[in-house]
Amino acid sequence: MQQQGGWFQRLLQAGRGHGGMFSALLWAVGLLSLPALAFGADVAPAAATEYRDIPYIGSRNLVWVVAQLHLLLAGFVLGVPIFAWLCEVVAWKTGEKRYDKLAKEFTKLLTSAYATTALFGGILLFLLISFYPKLMNYLTDIFFPSFIVYCLLFLVETATLYLYWYGWDAMQDGHKKTFHIFLGFMLNFFAFFIMIVPNSWATFQASPVVLAEGSDIARAWAATWNPTWWPVNIHRLIANVVLGGYICGAYAGIRYLSARNAEERDHYDWMGYVGNFIGVFGLLPLPFAGYWLMREIYQYNQQMGITLMGGFLSWLFILQAMLIGVLFLGSNYYFWLGITYRIPGSELKYRKSMLSMLIILLLCLGVWMTPHSLVASLEEARKMGGTHHPLLGVFGVMSAKMTVSNLMILVTFMSFIMYWRAGKEETAGWAKAAKALMSALLVLAGIAVVVLGVWGYFVPAIIRINYFSTSQVMIVLFVMLTITPLTALLLKSAKTTTEMVWGKMPPRAGYALVLNAIMVILLMTLMGYARSSSRVHWHVYGVLRDSSQYAFSPALGYAAGIMALNTFLFCMIVAFIFWVATMSDKAKASHS
Amino acid sequence: MGGSLLKPVILIGIVYAILKFVVPNIPGSAPLPASLIFLYLMLTTSGIVIFATLSGESKDAFWNPIQRFLTGENIGGLQVLRYGVLLLFPLMVGWQTYSSTATSDAPPSENRTIHPAPPGEYTGLSNPVPKTPDTIQQGKGFYAAFCSPCHGGNFDGKGPAARGFNPPPANFSDPTTIAMLQESYLFWRIKKGGVGLPIEGMPWKSAMPRWEVELPDEWIWKIIMGEYDGAHQAPRTWE
Repeated sequence: MQQQGGWFQRLLQAGRGHGGMFSALLWAVGLLSLPALAFGADVAPAAATEYRDIPYIGSRNLVWVVAQLHLLLAGFVLGVPIFAWLCEVVAWKTGEKRYDKLAKEFTKLLTSAYATTALFGGILLFLLISFYPKLMNYLTDIFFPSFIVYCLLFLVETATLYLYWYGWDAMQDGHKKTFHIFLGFMLNFFAFFIMIVPNSWATFQASPVVLAEGSDIARAWAATWNPTWWPVNIHRLIANVVLGGYICGAYAGIRYLSARNAEERDHYDWMGYVGNFIGVFGLLPLPFAGYWLMREIYQYNQQMGITLMGGFLSWLFILQAMLIGVLFLGSNYYFWLGITYRIPGSELKYRKSMLSMLIILLLCLGVWMTPHSLVASLEEARKMGGTHHPLLGVFGVMSAKMTVSNLMILVTFMSFIMYWRAGKEETAGWAKAAKALMSALLVLAGIAVVVLGVWGYFVPAIIRINYFSTSQVMIVLFVMLTITPLTALLLKSAKTTTEMVWGKMPPRAGYALVLNAIMVILLMTLMGYARSSSRVHWHVYGVLRDSSQYAFSPALGYAAGIMALNTFLFCMIVAFIFWVATMSDKAKASHS
Repeated sequence: MGGSLLKPVILIGIVYAILKFVVPNIPGSAPLPASLIFLYLMLTTSGIVIFATLSGESKDAFWNPIQRFLTGENIGGLQVLRYGVLLLFPLMVGWQTYSSTATSDAPPSENRTIHPAPPGEYTGLSNPVPKTPDTIQQGKGFYAAFCSPCHGGNFDGKGPAARGFNPPPANFSDPTTIAMLQESYLFWRIKKGGVGLPIEGMPWKSAMPRWEVELPDEWIWKIIMGEYDGAHQAPRTWE
């Protein structure tokens, strides 16, 4: 300021030096400029920046990659504690130490994985604030009470994680172990809330509930409890279990392929089995949760529902069918390989059953993958009378998809039961009757699912959605909940005819485990794109419009490239975490 | 050699023959597009590979002949065939790459979305006309006058003018058409016609008139009721 004042005084002095001529000129210019002040008073302050961009990469692509990686890592750090805690409980209840070892091996990953997830979360937040200030201002205005809750949850989750991991060896016996199990439960409890709080922000963008009036907490609560919040919460919770299980399987698969001795082969073969089992355990109810989510979306907004299921994103669901199909095939294949290699002599006994199950799975997958609108040349479309095939077009709608997905779940469940019973001979007097009952249940359930599926074409949509599809799900659940305890009871008194042999699986079993994990990751990246694209040109659907240069949905081919990149980057990050976490163990092993 | 390879080859041949020649000849069917045939053949091949590799013996029986053939180990007279395959395979890949990237005068593939998403202002609308036998009958009358020439008196998309259109008029009695949609969707489609379709619905491909210029909204709602009743379908609802 002083410098400016000095400059002005020097100017006035210079004016005096020229006989006042310059001063007069200055006054005249000043007077003539007065109206400009009036105009200047009308000029609004500079508008707030709504978007920023980054050259070459593009802000949207960068946010897309970072958000997806954060979400995948979050799924991993929320899925692994569930997986580890379940294993710890099994070890605690059965006394099988190897489950405890497995649980500890995976909990070890958590501290570094947790830090990496938080790191990506922080990067994502900075990017969002930088690139999308308008959106972030809007979301902050609505959700700031839950931001505070989220921070508090992080504090208690971190403290619980430290206690759970660093107290593992110190809390191994008696009441201490019980307390450790309780800590594991609390870890998952807080993790669940850490998942559902940000879910409310994301689901709000898709199905907003905006209160014009009310306190901050009332507005935040209304926005949180939006129509798709709980369907997404449940869907993601189950999907995290699936991700945790299959990543464990993939890790075991890679370690199995590189195992140097029989002990390692045994251990990682068994770990692969546990990972695949937990993955399948989560996979079986996942389609039900997905169906519920889609139903809520469709009911919330017809436009969004059709955009996803019948509109420009409908082909995405064919890709989804393909990925889920490979996952089902991969999981069953692993079970069947287990029967063949771990239980010698069982292959001949079950080969025909495996063939039948494989054929059913492939037929179901064929139906699931048949699109409603087919890709056809002009000539082919003319012959069909459009892109809708007059005969196979019936496979393109939900009634068919629901039917085959239920059948695939039933078949996979049968594979598991077959694996469980292989190498054992039931000795109970009622074994024959129980087996007949189980077979009858499976066959009747399969027939009922198909009948309801076909009947679904001839009733109003609401009857199909509310009653038929729900009944199909209930039938499958009933079969699983009946046969599982019955088999457990049957095998309690069974005689083991062939001992299970670990470490004899062929290399392709390890590759199958890796394939399954990649399918799950790809699926999550695909559905991330679906969730985001279904909002089309809205940041907050119907409320806050996207007015950036990226207010368009990228084509599926382009999106597939980003999905592949995200899958690759996530695999690299997870490999790094595993490498870091196991580095000291390897060093210890090589010294001993 | 290759006894266990013969079965998969025959199986793939049978599946192809069924898809190519049997399915199109089923009454009411049509030829399948190559994309769908390819999809089903890929599934068949995956199934064969999965089943063949379930045990060590079956894997060896399946894979060893392929390996022997490719490496030329003790294959005797098949050596010429091996050279032929080794020569033809890259040529086929090259041809496929060339034909999929070369400039062509063939029209692009038809990937029209049949049921694109409606504009926001049409979602959530409900039929304001009370559903009574009279209004349904009136709707059927309007349908007969304005819609049946193309969509057919039996609501099956086979009206007298239907043969002149490609894609053909929608078949309302098919449970995968209007039964999947809400009434508001049909209101949008009838009101705005083909030209009102979004880009993925290829507005240039539909000859559906823009009925808003000729019919009042009330008539359109009545036509919708008549259509559903006549086609023995019910609209998608949430109650």
